[in-house]
Amino acid sequence: MDITRRRLLLLLPSAAVAWKFVQAGTPEAAPNYKTSEHWWGMLIDITECIGCGSCVRACAAENDVPDGFYRTWVERYHVTDYEIERPQVDSPDGGKEGFPLNQDASGKNFFVPKLCNHCADSPCTQVCPVGATFVSPDGVVLVDKSYCLGCRYCVQACPYGCRFINPKTNTAEKCTLCYHRITKGLTTACAEVCPTGARQLADLKNPKDPIHEFLRTHSVQVLKPHMATGAKVFYNGMDGSVR
Amino acid sequence: MFKDIEHLIRLAVVMGIALVAFVLLRAAVVPKSFGEYGHYRGNAIAEIASLPIAHAGREVCEACHVDVVEQKKLGKHVVVPCEACHGPQAKHADDPGTIKPPKIDTAVVCARCHEANSAKPKGFPQVASVEHSGGLACDTCHQPHKPKIGTEIKTATGGKR
Repeated sequence: MDITRRRLLLLLPSAAVAWKFVQAGTPEAAPNYKTSEHWWGMLIDITECIGCGSCVRACAAENDVPDGFYRTWVERYHVTDYEIERPQVDSPDGGKEGFPLNQDASGKNFFVPKLCNHCADSPCTQVCPVGATFVSPDGVVLVDKSYCLGCRYCVQACPYGCRFINPKTNTAEKCTLCYHRITKGLTTACAEVCPTGARQLADLKNPKDPIHEFLRTHSVQVLKPHMATGAKVFYNGMDGSVR
Repeated sequence: MFKDIEHLIRLAVVMGIALVAFVLLRAAVVPKSFGEYGHYRGNAIAEIASLPIAHAGREVCEACHVDVVEQKKLGKHVVVPCEACHGPQAKHADDPGTIKPPKIDTAVVCARCHEANSAKPKGFPQVASVEHSGGLACDTCHQPHKPKIGTEIKTATGGKR
């Protein structure tokens, strides 16, 4: 076949498309990282959280989270006297710029950082009709956005309200536990910037991880244990009013 | 017994063709890595893992800014990671010559942690900034890398090289 100018011009776009497919099929593999050697979770120490919102800002910057949506956020609880069943909770802009002064200093006041609990038996992955969301072999709940239809089943299924539909891509989005960081040996963006160490990434399969010592020696809870989700975000010093 | 079954054979042929078409189409449409680990596209894991990072991490910062490390060691802010105040700096770490971190407004950044709030842990140092400084920038008196007044190391650039 002679390559004429006309034929070449016709071939170039198809070659470009084909090359894109070739590249898409071979993503950059993280060296020295084996999914079978890890089982990720997180430790949150409520007694250390100062509600500065560093984690929320860092998460937004690290993961390009659109304004008004949160992969992680901080809630402020206000519990008066015995009203443990009716706490007052606020989270202005997800706590991104800190919290205004709480006028009512009576009762109990504390901050609770929230994020995806990376459940071992996650309700959100079970309802996906197309296999776009899944628990990875190292225990991180992820979304394959090229496969997601945006049907919102998972958004409704999550008992913790950790998912949203990204208005730009119209696909489900959530905390990835900074999968692009932890597979490179770094910690998550939120744990990286936490000034008091209230957030710590935990590798439950690594026997040298300090999480094991901490879990042994502290009273630790997960959110909504009655839902049997196998949540892997552990809270230290959590009050019974936290939902 | 098997009289007048021609219409059934025709139907079977049509269904056979449909089945073959379905199997071929499915093989063409379903990505190769689907089902590698479970009911999802296996390549998605590596795709998410290969996203670029925005926060360099304090070890990377400390490899260059040795003077700041020394200064921080002498004060309580030794535990505070660099990017908690300075923001995501992976781009600066990749190209320190051209990409400079923005200047910090201490009146805003310090207040995020130290503005008094009844929900903060009782032992955490807090001030009502209106009474404490009247809105003055905190670095007028405090050196942020070593905040206790009177013990800071004097450097002309406030800790920067």
